[in-house]
Amino acid sequence: MNWLDICALEEIPRLGSRVIDGPKGDIALFRTSEDEVFALDDRCPHKGGPLSQGIIYGKQVACPLHNWQIQLESGEAIAPDVGCTHRYPTRVEGGRVQVVLEKARESA
Amino acid sequence: MQKLKLVMVGNGMAGVRTLEELLKLTPDLYEITVFGAEPHPNYNRILLSPVLAGEQTFEEIILNPLSWYEENGITLHTGRKVVKIDRRNRKVIADDGTEAEYDRLLLATGSNPFILPIPGNDLDGVIGYRDIADTETMMETAKTHKHAVVIGGGLLGLEAANGLKLRGMDVTVVHIGDWLLERQLDRTAGELLQKSLEDRGLKFLLPQFTSELLDDGDGRVCGVKFKDGSVIPADLVVMAAGIRPNTELAESAGLACNRGILVSDTLQTYDPRVYAIGECASHRGIAYGLVAPLFEQAKVCANHLAMLGYGRYEGSITSTKLKVTGIDLFSAGEFMGDDSTEQITLSDPIGGVYKKLVIKDDILVGACMYGDTADGGWYFRMVKERHNIREIRDHLMFGENAIGDTGHQGQNKAANMPDDMEVCGCNGVCKGTIVKAIQEHGLFSVDDVKKHTKAGGSCGSCVGLVEQIVINTVGGAADVKPKSEKPVCGCTDLNHGQVRKAIREHHLTSIPEAMAFMEWRTPNGCATCRPAINYYLISTWPGEAKDDPQSRFINERAHANIQKDGTYSVVPRMWGGVTNASELRRIADVADKYNVPMVKVTGGQRIDLLGIKKEDLPNVWKDLDMPSGHAYGKSIRTVKTCVGSEFCRFGTQNSTQMGIDLEHALFNMWSPHKVKLAVSGCPRNCAESGIKDVGIIGVDSGWELYIGGNGGIKTEAGEFFVKVKTEDEVMEYSLAFLQLYREEAFYLERTVHYMQRVGMEHIKQAVLEDAERRKALHERLLFSLSFEQDPWKERIEKEELKQEFRRIAVKQIEGVNA
Repeated sequence: MNWLDICALEEIPRLGSRVIDGPKGDIALFRTSEDEVFALDDRCPHKGGPLSQGIIYGKQVACPLHNWQIQLESGEAIAPDVGCTHRYPTRVEGGRVQVVLEKARESA
Repeated sequence: MQKLKLVMVGNGMAGVRTLEELLKLTPDLYEITVFGAEPHPNYNRILLSPVLAGEQTFEEIILNPLSWYEENGITLHTGRKVVKIDRRNRKVIADDGTEAEYDRLLLATGSNPFILPIPGNDLDGVIGYRDIADTETMMETAKTHKHAVVIGGGLLGLEAANGLKLRGMDVTVVHIGDWLLERQLDRTAGELLQKSLEDRGLKFLLPQFTSELLDDGDGRVCGVKFKDGSVIPADLVVMAAGIRPNTELAESAGLACNRGILVSDTLQTYDPRVYAIGECASHRGIAYGLVAPLFEQAKVCANHLAMLGYGRYEGSITSTKLKVTGIDLFSAGEFMGDDSTEQITLSDPIGGVYKKLVIKDDILVGACMYGDTADGGWYFRMVKERHNIREIRDHLMFGENAIGDTGHQGQNKAANMPDDMEVCGCNGVCKGTIVKAIQEHGLFSVDDVKKHTKAGGSCGSCVGLVEQIVINTVGGAADVKPKSEKPVCGCTDLNHGQVRKAIREHHLTSIPEAMAFMEWRTPNGCATCRPAINYYLISTWPGEAKDDPQSRFINERAHANIQKDGTYSVVPRMWGGVTNASELRRIADVADKYNVPMVKVTGGQRIDLLGIKKEDLPNVWKDLDMPSGHAYGKSIRTVKTCVGSEFCRFGTQNSTQMGIDLEHALFNMWSPHKVKLAVSGCPRNCAESGIKDVGIIGVDSGWELYIGGNGGIKTEAGEFFVKVKTEDEVMEYSLAFLQLYREEAFYLERTVHYMQRVGMEHIKQAVLEDAERRKALHERLLFSLSFEQDPWKERIEKEELKQEFRRIAVKQIEGVNA
C-alpha cells in the first residue's frame, strides 16, 4: 500500500476535520476525541452533502445538510438510513497523518 | 466481570419495553432471562382489536420477533408459567420445573380479565378478552355460532363487540353502568356513542345485571339470564367487565399487594431486589391499564435497574381512544369535572358532535370529545403541559385553528387528511406512509416516526401533525411529551431545564466538565446535545465558558450559510437596513471578483451573495469590509425598519435611527434560536413589527413594544408587551426581555414558544413590574456582549482562525510500505 503523508495530527482539530484533494473529488479527514483519524469521501450517500462540515461525535459524523449519521470506521449510514460512503485506510505515524488513496497519484 | 442475573416474569409490552430501555442504558450489565406464559414473542396487545376486526393480522402486531431476543442475548422461555418465587434462594420456578436464579427480579405479569362470580362462568364458550388465544377463540366461534354476548361496556368490551359484529355474529352488549364507557366519557358523549354503535347493528342492554350463564346440557353456554329474570340466547360470552392485576405469584411470595403489587416511585416492591411494572403494579394506589403510563414506568424502572437511580415515576395523565374504525372519541385527564372545575361544552346531538373541556384555575385539566376528535392531541398536550389558557379561553373550544399555518395546504388536523396527502413538505412524506410505519414498526413517538420516515425531521413545522397521526393511530399508547419533559437527546435522561439548572448551580464551564458531571452516556455527546450545551455554557458563564467551534453547527462555525452544493452564502450587516454607495460598490466588486452566481435581496433588508466557496470566505469578508450579518446563526439577525419621521410624511418617530441603535446594541448576541426585530415609525407598521421576536411601533406619544411574533413556519402575531415614552426605555425593555429569553428559553425554542411555555405573566413580572430586575437583566446582556466581537473581523485578522477555511494540499508521495 502507498501511504501518503498528509499533515501533522495537530493540523486537524479534535472532533473536527480537514479536506484534501482525492483522485475522485474531495476527501474528508476526521479526528476523534481519542485522536483516531478516519478518511471518507466528502460526500454523504444521501444527497452528496460535505461530511467534513458536520458535527463529529464518538466515531460518527452528522451530515450538515439533512443530519444523516455516518459511521467513520465503515462509511455506512446509521439505520434506519441506508447508504455507504467510500472510506480510505489511515494511520498516524510519529504524529503524522497518513492515508492510502485508492489510485495513488503518480505525480505531485 | 460476572454479569448480574435479571429474570423477568411476563413477556408483555411493559416488561419488554423495560428491557429495551435497559439495554439502551447498559447493554452488558445483566444476563437476562424472560418467562412468558403465552407461546408468542412480545406483541402489541392494544392492536388485538384491529386483528379481531380483520384489519390486521397476528404477524403484523409482533413487536419483538424471536430474533430480537437472540440478538440481545436474552434467554426466552415461552409457554412457561412461573409458579413460585423462592426469595430466600433468589430463584423462580416454572410450571415445567425450569428454574432461574436472579439478582434482580422484574414482575410484569400483567392482568387477568375479571370473571364474574356467577353460576355458569366456567362453561365452554365463556372467555375473557386478553390475549391472542382469546382472539383466536372469538374468530373461530364466529365461524360456527350466531349469538354473542359481551359483558361490559368499556373500551375492551366495545372493541370486542365491534369485531364480533364485523365477523358476522349477532352481538349484544350488557353493561351495568348507566351509559357506555363511563370511565372515559360523560353521559352525553356515551349516549352519542351508543346510538352510533346501534346504527351499526350492535344491541345494548343497560343498565343490566347478569345473574347466571345457562348450560345447553353439554357443558356449553346457551344463554344469559339477568337479575330481572329475562333471558337472551348466547353461544359465546365475552367477559370484559374489567381487569384485575395478576398478583397471585407476588402474593404467594409474600410481597405486599393491594389491588396490584405495591411499588415505590422507583418501581420496587417491598423486596428491593424485586421490581414490578405494568398492569400488575399498583403505584400510589393506581394500577394503570393503558400503555402510555406503562412506558413511562419502563423508563424509570430501567434507569434504576441500570443503577443510575435518578429516575422517579410520579404517576401519569392518561388519554383514551376507542379503536373502532369510523368512531371518533377521545378523552384525556380529569374529563368528568367536579365542583371545583369549570366546563365549556359544545353539543350537537343531531350532527353527532360533542366536546367538553374541563378547566381548573385557568388550566385545562381534561377533555372529552365525540364525533370530532381532530384536536384531541392538542388538548392532550395542553393538559400535560399545564398551560395557562386564560388568554385563549374564548376560542379554546374551536381547536388549534388554521391561522397562518402555511406549507401544509392549510391543513392542521391530521384526522381529516386522506392517506395520500403530504404531511412533511420538506421530505415529501404522506400521511399513509407515516401510518404504515407506525403500524409496521410499532412506533409510539414522534421521534420514532422521524427516524423511520424523516417526517418532521427537517424544518419541524409538521411535528404537530405527526404527533396527531401518532395519537390517532395508537391512541393512548402515544408517547407524547412536551419539550420541557423530554430528555435533550439519547445521550442523557435529563431535560433542557435540568441541564440549564445544573450548569448554573454547579458552575460548569466546559462541555467535557458538564457531560462528566451530568453523567452523559456518550463520550462526546451528539449533534443534538453538543450545540445546546455549548449555548447554555456561553450564555450562563460569559467570559468564563469558552465557545467550542466543534460543537457548533457548520453555519455558526464557518459564519456563513451552507447551501445544498456545499458552497456558502454571505450576508453582510446593513445597520437598520440602511446602506450607501460605497458599500454597494464593494458588494458589486466582490460579486464580480468571486464570480458570485446570485446576488439577492433578503427579507431582512440586506443583500445576500450566494454560491461562495468556503476557502474564499475570509477574503470575501475582507474585500467587503462590512461586519457579519449573522444571517447564519441562532443569534440576532436583523432589525428591520421603515423610513420613519426623517422622510416619511406619516412618520411619528425616527424608526430608522431606533433600529440602527438597537442593532448596534445587540450585535453579536447569541441566543437560543434566531432573533429578529423590527421598528416601525407609525401604526401603518411598514416594517412588519407584528411578526418579530421584538416588534416596536412608534406612535405619537411614544413607542409600543410587541413580543413573541414570528413570520416563519407558523405565523404568530406578537403580543402587546408595554408602551414606553423614550428611546432609552425602548432599549432597556427590549434588551431586558431578550436577556430573560436568553437565560430561560431552551435551545432552539423561539420567543413565541418560550412565551407559551412560561406565560406572558411571568415575563411581565420579570421585566415590567420589577424595575431592579429589568436593569439587572439589561446589564447582564451588556456584560455578555462585551466579550463578543465581529466574527468576520476576527477571522480576517487572526491567522489561527483561518485553518477552518483552508484545504490541505497533498503534495509529495512518500512511498512508505506498510
